[in-house]
Amino acid sequence: MTDADTLAPAAGLPEAAALGWRREPASERTLRRDGRRWSAWTCWVVALFTAPGLVLLWIEPWTFPVAALCFAHAWAVPSLQARRGARSVVPIGSERSAAGGDDGGAGLVALGLLGDLVGHHERGLLTATGLALHRGHLGAWLVGEQGAFLVRPPGRLRGRRVYCWCVRVGDPSGLPAGDRVAHLLLALREDEAGFATIANLAFSGARWRVLRHLEAPARNALRNELLNA
Amino acid sequence: MGRLIRLDRTGHTTVAEWSAGDSAEAELATTLFAGELDRGMIASVDSGDGTAEVVRALPLDAELVVLRRPIAGG
Repeated sequence: MTDADTLAPAAGLPEAAALGWRREPASERTLRRDGRRWSAWTCWVVALFTAPGLVLLWIEPWTFPVAALCFAHAWAVPSLQARRGARSVVPIGSERSAAGGDDGGAGLVALGLLGDLVGHHERGLLTATGLALHRGHLGAWLVGEQGAFLVRPPGRLRGRRVYCWCVRVGDPSGLPAGDRVAHLLLALREDEAGFATIANLAFSGARWRVLRHLEAPARNALRNELLNA
Repeated sequence: MGRLIRLDRTGHTTVAEWSAGDSAEAELATTLFAGELDRGMIASVDSGDGTAEVVRALPLDAELVVLRRPIAGG
């Protein structure tokens, strides 16, 4: 039995089944592999821009302005990737939230149902951050209107890796913000591995790289879950 | 008492309600449930312990069955 088998419930997500051969089912193994790929890619980008800068300085120290540009790229490109990952998750009430529209009573009804779906601790977290917490086999998930963070348990080097996933309701038209989160939360509870299979991985990396791009409430939530995971 | 709700633009809409032992209500709920599935909705029963189950037949013993739209990668 593979770890994918142990994660998949008897009746998985129909959306994941519809993907068929086009997508490898997510599992502990694929997450570790994807994490290593992201780390390797980041190292490559940093080396790619740092090396020319160092060579320039070695050849002629007066080229330091150009070398500084190289170093800036080595810092900026991974930072932009982390920012993209962080922004792929939209908390309720955030700048890009559907709650910014006029969904009035419907929004409150949706939030009420979402509040019923989550537990007491998670409800407080939801109110404070606009993100719904789900603790699964793969780690702690923080689900937004679009996208979700997966905080993995600490690895061998004690680092906690965060995965940023792009996932949404297929046809979100008219849905209030709370319902969008409820859709994703239900799907996640139905089949965690299937959820990770459907979702597109936007970023994977160290927690600090994601935290610095989040709004304060979401940043605090993620930091707390990192401490408690 | 069982309830079938659909997540929609109003927050949610109650599609059907049924009482244990009332076969007419159960039959109506089952018919409406099948219609929602035919429209592409996905039915889910939340167990309350952090898991949920996709159902393809209306579980008449469930208190709440939620109909949601399919999700997709962003």
